[in-house]
Amino acid sequence: MAIVSSLDAGTGELTIKVKGRFDFSAHQEFRDAYEKVDSVPGLYLVDMAETTYLDSSALGMLLLLRDHAGGDSAQIKIANCNSDVKKILTISNFEQLFDID
Amino acid sequence: MEDDSGSLKILIADDNETDRMILQAIVKKQGHAVVTASDGLEAVERFIEDQPELILLDALMPNMDGFEAARRIKELAGEDLVPIIFLTSLKDAESLAKCLEAGGDDFLSKPYNRIILQAKINAFRRMRNMHLTLQQQRDQIVIHNEHLLHEQETAKAVFDNVAHSGCLDSPNIKYLLSPLAVFNGDVLLAARKPSGGMHVLLGDYTGHGLPAAIGAMPMAEIFYALTSKGFTVEEIIKEINSKLKNILPTGVFCCACMLDIEFREREMKVWIGGLPSCVLYRSETEERIELASNHLPLGVLSSDQFKVKMQVFEVSEGDRVFMWSDGIHEARNDQDVMFGEDRLMDVFDQCKRPDQLFDDIQHSVEKFLGEAQRDDDITLVEVRIPNEEEVEELPEETIDVSDKGPMDWFLDYRLNPMSLKYFNPLPFVLQLITEVPGLRRCSGQVYTILAELFSNALEHGVLKLDSALKKNPQGFSEYYDLRSKRLENLEDGFVEFQLEHIPTDTGGQLTVVISDSGDGFDHQAKIKTDGNVQYCGRGIPLISTLCRSITYQGVGNKVEVVFEWHYQQTGS
Repeated sequence: MAIVSSLDAGTGELTIKVKGRFDFSAHQEFRDAYEKVDSVPGLYLVDMAETTYLDSSALGMLLLLRDHAGGDSAQIKIANCNSDVKKILTISNFEQLFDID
Repeated sequence: MEDDSGSLKILIADDNETDRMILQAIVKKQGHAVVTASDGLEAVERFIEDQPELILLDALMPNMDGFEAARRIKELAGEDLVPIIFLTSLKDAESLAKCLEAGGDDFLSKPYNRIILQAKINAFRRMRNMHLTLQQQRDQIVIHNEHLLHEQETAKAVFDNVAHSGCLDSPNIKYLLSPLAVFNGDVLLAARKPSGGMHVLLGDYTGHGLPAAIGAMPMAEIFYALTSKGFTVEEIIKEINSKLKNILPTGVFCCACMLDIEFREREMKVWIGGLPSCVLYRSETEERIELASNHLPLGVLSSDQFKVKMQVFEVSEGDRVFMWSDGIHEARNDQDVMFGEDRLMDVFDQCKRPDQLFDDIQHSVEKFLGEAQRDDDITLVEVRIPNEEEVEELPEETIDVSDKGPMDWFLDYRLNPMSLKYFNPLPFVLQLITEVPGLRRCSGQVYTILAELFSNALEHGVLKLDSALKKNPQGFSEYYDLRSKRLENLEDGFVEFQLEHIPTDTGGQLTVVISDSGDGFDHQAKIKTDGNVQYCGRGIPLISTLCRSITYQGVGNKVEVVFEWHYQQTGS
């Protein structure tokens, strides 16, 4: 599991890429990725292209991100999910809270 | 024990007196205490009696050589680190290696160099301190761990009292739940409704340990309290969501599935949020219906955003509902392959006998995991729709009855459109009625009849729905959709309760009149044709000694029910 993030200064979009298993061990790094930024992002993209698996603590981390990003007014996109990841997000009905690709 | 200056007690074992004296002098000059031995046997004895912290051991000694002495001393030292420095005149690599292989931690060659010896002693003193620190920390961890386990046991005992088994022991429920499941976040609750039906709730909290268990307690309290008071499944789920949203930190939530089964009505409503699809297995057609999660888990959305969309089904005797947490899907064998949903659904498709499905699922998982793996993390529930006789036999819950309460009173309660839309008056009315001591033990029967009559008044009277619509499978969900729609758009209409209770010589009498703004129905004709007043197309047995009469009045939009109760004989 590894977290890589990059902030596009022009658009204000923070991209967080999760590589490998997205589980409890990612907790601190994921949090640092969106908390320790030089300027406040306007929108967020969680890139799951290389995410192999998602468990309930990962869902919890996404909720924490949403809370941090403004709750109902947050703009968060979750992109490039493989079928396993998509399935978990669908069962949890997370498309009601996030823009899922 | 070391004193503050860091001085050690050092054992010097050498058969040569001169060597012993030289070493003693060097070591004492460094500020350490010394004990001596002149052969291997004495070295072991000295070790036992004086408990030195570091040993300088000559390799070649009479009676017992250094290697054997080192072996015994290390065994006696056990877990503690007592460094042994071999003293040797040998210079070749093999002999020196042998010293270390024999259990020594280092070697010192002759002629003894004072500076080197002192440096080695210091190095080993640092190592000993580190070792001691590690041991102390390890011991602390063991103690803390024991405390944690003890706390968990206490928490489990409290939880068990709060959750109690409700009616999980009913013959129509089978379940697999490990004893410590609550610490995996899994909770299973079941309770009889006052109307006779049943609520079952399976929850899977995020996280592990005490935090997962703590969330389960308020949920169990709400579930049991509100079910017994006659609240609906929608009201209970909303209340639980609200509570969890308030108390759980962001990111912690509970995936759940809740069933509301009305035995007499043969109806089931299902709420699922976040758990993998459940299965409704029809006994007659052997059809497997997947009930997919259509809500976010509990504790995520605030009350105003939380909308409840129940999946409604008609059910028959022998139909079975299967629920599970994701433990089954996520179970991995030693090739790290997950059991998955497909394998689970296969068990249903290959089923020969529905009553074996529960065992089939369990065996299928066990087989997949193989010998080495334990499957006690699996949570699996089967709820079967019971037949009529079983329903009568299901255990009722007993309630404490005190013998004083309101005996003579009257209440007129009218619900207009807004109240009808957003409020269920039954729990409140039932609460009022069960304050009468003699009626508390009959709350189930009272509730059933009131619920039926209120439902008639609202659905047929005010909303003008035709119960004939419910006769066929499509009509069933159409009926409920129409009900929601008409209720949402309701602008005129009312349902009114008039309740009166008076004491009698032998107990009391309760009269309930329910009227509605609808057009009524030709009740006279109905009674003439079939002699038995029917409700919703299904008759309720009026054999209860409690219900003295049920009569329709006016054009049929007013019904009066009279209940009588008697003081129980002492000793009965």
